[in-house]
Parts: sequence; C-alpha cells; structure tokens
Amino acid sequence: MSKKILTVDDSASIRQMVSFTLKKEGYEVIEASDGKDALSKIGPSGVSMVITDLNMPNMNGIELIRALRTNPSYKFTPIVMLTTESHQDKKDSGRQAGATGWIVKPFKPEQLVAVVKRLLG
Amino acid sequence: MDAQKQLYREEAFELLAKLEEALIELEQQPDDLDIVNRIFRAMHTIKGSGAMFGFDDIASFTHTIETAYDLIREEKLFADEELISLTLRSCDQVKAMLDAPEGEEGTDANLIEEITASFKRLISSGQGAAPGQAESCPAYTGGDQEDGLKAEITYRIRFKPHRELFQNGTNPIPLLNEIRALGHAHVICHLKELPGLKELDPEACYTYWDIILTTDKDADAIRDVFIFVEHISEVEVTKIDDYSEIDHEEYKKIGEILFDRGDISLSDLESILGRQKRIGEMLVESGKARRSEVQSALMEQEHVRNLRKKRMGAVSGDSVSSIRVASHKLDSLVNLVGELVTVQARLAQLSAQRNDHDLALVSEEVERLTAELRDNAMGIRMLPIGTTFAKFKRLVRDLSTELGKEVNFTTSGEETELDKTVIDRLGDPLVHLIRNSIDHGIESPEKRAAAGKPAEGTIRLIAEHSGAHVLISVSDDGSGLDTEAIRAKAMEKGIISPDASLSEKEIFELIFAPGFSTAQSVSKVSGRGVGMDVVTSSIESFGGTVEIESAKGKGTTITLKLPLTLAIIDGLLVTISDEYFVMPLNAVVECVELSAEDRRRTHGRNLARVRDEIVPYIPLREVFSLHGDNPAIEQVVVTEIGERRVGFVVDKVVGQHQTVIKNLGKFLRHVEGVSGATIMGDGTVALILDINKLTQQVESAEKYPEVH
Repeated sequence: MSKKILTVDDSASIRQMVSFTLKKEGYEVIEASDGKDALSKIGPSGVSMVITDLNMPNMNGIELIRALRTNPSYKFTPIVMLTTESHQDKKDSGRQAGATGWIVKPFKPEQLVAVVKRLLG
Repeated sequence: MDAQKQLYREEAFELLAKLEEALIELEQQPDDLDIVNRIFRAMHTIKGSGAMFGFDDIASFTHTIETAYDLIREEKLFADEELISLTLRSCDQVKAMLDAPEGEEGTDANLIEEITASFKRLISSGQGAAPGQAESCPAYTGGDQEDGLKAEITYRIRFKPHRELFQNGTNPIPLLNEIRALGHAHVICHLKELPGLKELDPEACYTYWDIILTTDKDADAIRDVFIFVEHISEVEVTKIDDYSEIDHEEYKKIGEILFDRGDISLSDLESILGRQKRIGEMLVESGKARRSEVQSALMEQEHVRNLRKKRMGAVSGDSVSSIRVASHKLDSLVNLVGELVTVQARLAQLSAQRNDHDLALVSEEVERLTAELRDNAMGIRMLPIGTTFAKFKRLVRDLSTELGKEVNFTTSGEETELDKTVIDRLGDPLVHLIRNSIDHGIESPEKRAAAGKPAEGTIRLIAEHSGAHVLISVSDDGSGLDTEAIRAKAMEKGIISPDASLSEKEIFELIFAPGFSTAQSVSKVSGRGVGMDVVTSSIESFGGTVEIESAKGKGTTITLKLPLTLAIIDGLLVTISDEYFVMPLNAVVECVELSAEDRRRTHGRNLARVRDEIVPYIPLREVFSLHGDNPAIEQVVVTEIGERRVGFVVDKVVGQHQTVIKNLGKFLRHVEGVSGATIMGDGTVALILDINKLTQQVESAEKYPEVH
C-alpha cells in the first residue's frame, strides 16, 4: 500500500504542486485548505506524513501541529512545515509545537521529494 | 503556458483583488492587525508560489514588500498612507508581471527599482540599525553539488540523538539510509545507554550511531542530512582520511581511534598497553570500553585500511598486476591440494596411533600448513563477481532500447567473491533473469506513468555473502507476477490440473516449469517458453536454489542462493554397514532416531513422524542393496529439497566432515544418485550422495514399478 501524505495549504497552486510531485513519486496525497479542514479530513490514522503551510486562515500551521501532537495516533507522525519565513523564531515555534522538519518556500519539486524521503524513508 | 502556471496566475489575480480590498480597509483602520495579517498572507502566497512556478521576478519583488508587512505585524513599522499607496502600486506591477508573455519583462525595470528602494527605506527605518538582515537562507541545500571529479574523503560521523528524538516524529533510520546513499558507509549502533526493561521508556531514543563514510561529497552535505535533528542531537562529523595521506598505508591503532573519539583516556590506554593481548579485547575485558565501541573502532580501522590498500593498488597499478593462468592448471592445483589434505589426515591418524612426540610435532605442523595451503588455493579460484556484472549493463541498454522501455540498471556487491566455476556457469541464468525482468517485469513508460510510477523502471542486481553461500538477486519495480494469468496459463499448458489448489508461492514457482510462458505476444527477447526452467535446472545442478518473491504492481525479486565453492563442501558423514557416505550438510535439517517399533507402526510405509510432520524417508540400505541387518535404532537424516522434507535412513551418523570432492572418473560418471567421492583420513573412499537425484529415482520407481 502506498503511503498517504496530507498536504495543508490555503493556496490551491501549492497544494497542487505538492500533490502532483508526490503522486509522481508513488505516494497517495490528500489535500486540505487549512488546519480545521485538515483535522476533519485526517481521520483516526492512516496518514503517514503531514506537510503544512504555517500562514493559513481559520487554523494556522502551528495550531495544527499542536493539535496533531496531542492526538496519540499522530504523536510520532512526521510533520513538515512550509514557510517563506527564514526568521528563526517562526521555525523555533514550529519545532516547539512538534514539527519534524521544514521546507523554505520557494522550493523545487526535487527538494520536496528529498525531504519526504528523508523523513518517510 | 502549462496548466499549473495558469492555475497560479488565476490564483494570484484573485489574491491581488483581495489584497487591494484589504489595503483600502487598512487605510481606514491602520491599527487593525487582522487586516495586516490578511495582507501578509496574500503577499506570502504570491511570493512563495511565484518562485515555484517560474515567476522569479514576482518572488524577488514581493519579498521586500512581505518583509515590510512582517514588520508592521510586529508593530515595528506603521502602515501609513505612503506605504499603502506604495503597496497598491506594487500590486499593479505584479499584475503586469503576471500578464507578461513568457520570457519577457513586461514591466518597467526602473519603476520596480524605485518601489523596491522606497520599501527598503521604510524597512530600514522600522528595523532601526539592522537593515537587510531578513535575507532568505534556504534550509535545503542538498543536491546542488558541483559535478566535477572530487577526491573521496572518509568521515567519521557520530550521531547521538537526544532521548526525545521520537517526540517530533523523527525516524532515525531514513537518515542513516540517506547517509549510506552518499557513498560507501559502515554503520554501527551503540546500545550502551540502553537501560533495563524496567526503566526503559519506550518512547525515548537510547541508541546512538557511529558511521564511517567514504564519499566525494563534502561535510556540509553530511550535516545537511541531519539538519532537522540538529537541535535535538549531537552530530559530529570528523574527517579521518583523505587523499593527502596516501604515503602511509597503515591506519591508526584501535587505541588511538578510541582515544581520538574521547571514548577512553590516554592513561587508560597506557596502562592497558603494557599487557600482551589484542588491544581491543583487553579494553573490553577491563571494562574501559564497551564491545560496541571497540567494534566501531575496528570497523573504522578496517574501512580506512581497505580504502588505502585499494588506493595504493590504483596508484602503483603495475606492482600488483595479475597473471593469467589457464584454468585447468588451477584445477589440478586444487586437486593436488585435495590429495594433500587426504594424506595429511592419514598422517594425523598415524601419529595419533604411534604416540611418538616428534612425529606428532611434524604432523601438527603439516596440518597447519595444509589448511593454509588449502585456503590459499581455494582463494586463487575465487573471483569477484563484478566482471560478470559489467557485461549486463550493455545487455540492459540494448534490450531496453529494443523494447522501448526506460530502464535504470544498478548493481551492488561487485566485490563478492565466488568460485570461478560457479561464476562461469552463472552467466546464462542471469541473462535469462534480466531479460525476463525487462521484457515481462518492467512496463512501458506510458503504463508506468498511468500506474503513478516513475517512467524509468529500475532493475537491481545484487550480490552478497550469507554464510557459506552467496546470494544473487535480480529485482525489478515492474508489474509483478500476475497469479491469475500464471494459473490460467499453467492450466492451458496442462502443467497443473484445473482443480489444483496452490499457494501464492507455488503459483510463482510455476514460471520455472518447463514449457511455460505468459507473455501475451512472443517477443524477440523472451517468451519462447524456454528460459526460466533452464535457470532452475542449471542453478540446481551446482547445488544452488532459486527463490521468487513478487507483489502485484510493485515488482519481482528472484534470488539465487549459490554455494561458495564446488571443490570442497561441508558434509555430514554417515555409515551404513561398513560403508561411509557423505551428505551435503547445507541440505540437512536435522537427524532423528528411528526404532524398529516406529517402523512397525507405519505398517511398512516409509513415513516418519518428525515434530508432528509426516516425513517420507528413503531406506538407503535397501536402495543401495547393502548387506547386513538394520540396527535396532537407525538414524533418519532429514533433508530439505526445495520446499519438501525427505528423510534418509542410515545406520549411524558420524559427524561433520570437510569433504574434498573427487570426480568418479569416466566409467562411473553416469551413476545416478552419487555426485562424487571423497577420500577419508584412513584411505577409505566415501561416496557423496546426490540427494536430489536419489529422491527423484525413488519417486519414479514408486510411480512406475519395474516388473521383474
């Protein structure tokens, strides 16, 4: 069974780019437009990895990461945050919330794949 | 313009509209942080996606504006009228950039510069004395290595994660694999911090790793792998060898390495050095270093020594040149050594009988030398398998072009050594397997794309040691075996009956049946229905086995298990009456007793119950028509042939025996059930049993009994 990855971003183009790139690599991808949408779509388990943007309406990425980490099913799931902000504090608060890694936008498809492989194996 | 770019443009226009709306709102309520956030998000998305879809101009332009709004968000800058109108003007510029046909500027460069400059001025006023510190620094830099030829450098990497490594979802295994992929690596895991089961927190990481890596990448590429775990682990990357140290081949002593790493102190080392044992052993015994630490150091030593030796070889190529020797000369050398081993065994027996001290001394010396000579002679016959691998690259290239498939062919374990005779006979079976992988396994690029796989298929050829065997596997990531199609075909060809119930494994094995082919159309390459059965029969002819694994849609792996050498085998020595026989030990599973009572209970059927399993047995005394009565308690040597277990009844099991194989000579060559002979220490001859043939013989005798 292919591994399922959830991509969370309020920008449809980013979601599509992430989803297109990862599907080509043989992963299954589901999309959500913000944190709330993500939590409603994620289900009890079955998602092997979450890739989330930080700046989103309704529920932002940091809040989503915190929410996922309190859920026992997602305690150890790799979570990657997408950010254009190279500011250390933003990255740190993401890490503190429990993010596994990050990708700085803009990124190339191959960088995305490299990070996914690094964390999912 | 492709669909993705189009989607970005539509989205960007939408965002710009929202942005303008928000900007006008902001003009009325300049303190409303919600509005600032909305503006920031819109800018952020336009910028982030812009760069990804090739609108680099937009990305760099909006970066400055984004920085300004970030400052407003942090209330370091005030959104005054100047800033808002400046932003509105920027929006128009972004629109112009979006509308510009590909490859053209479409905007006024001066205007852009002017806007950017104004923003920068505002930003620096907000940031006070630290302008321009918000330059982006991409976290990911891997894969941007220069392509030029680089010298290989060896690093020692100690990766010691904090206990809470798992808490943020990190799995260290992919990281180690990523390091392995960088070059030639040895990984050793330290468990010394692992507590007892009672204190163990299952969610904590107690292990750490030492990795010795030889790579042409630089230390930054290595550190980059650990970038996500830097803050929750210690990662030490130390250069331990590079080309500059080519002059002295000797690498550091174990103690030096451990001291270098800080695992032991200098005084520990010196106090230990006084004694006369292997330094590593002593350190472990004295408790100064853990076994795993010493092992890790040993690994490093060996890794670098090998590397340097190889380099020395490469540099002074001529001095270690090889000579070509006709293989029959080697054969006769091995033969002679075999005789010598036999003579030596006789000498040993003699000296044991004579109880003569001087003779015993000589005999022991001869024993040592013979053993060494034997290993050396065998070693000469061993060749790295890499030479055979090389010719497959060409084969794959030619076949894949012919069949219109894209195939990436990788090999590993080229240095694995095998007896020359085995290598010689391996070529054809491997050609068949690789052909099959390309022809039946790997799908056409279109089909692969439809299945969501990369267009290029991968075939891996891997050789590795496994005890006294070498495993060679050919695996592809193609369509896998279709059990239904195989079944249907086998029925059509009459290989199985329509109501046969077969396990998945049994169905896979049908492809090795003679006269089987599932290809829809007969292609030039394979599909003639010969091939796979040739593979099994030739592999089995020299004592190997073939295994097959497959997952539909994922690919197929076929593994050949081969004996290291054909000239000397580990045998099990058994006796019937006064005759000695040798059975190949690798086929023997266990030995059980068989009493006369057991025999009676089965009413003359040759079945024994071994661990609740019914095992048929072959009474060798009867098969070979040997004289003498069965002892009260006989022995059944249970062997495994393929998936089946078959027992052989003998009088006594003597024990393990290093068996030098001798051919039976011209007249006896065609005797079935006996694959050769060996000479024992006392000069008697023992026949080596061919258990495969014996079983077949007995089976066919049962099926078609001869009429006397």
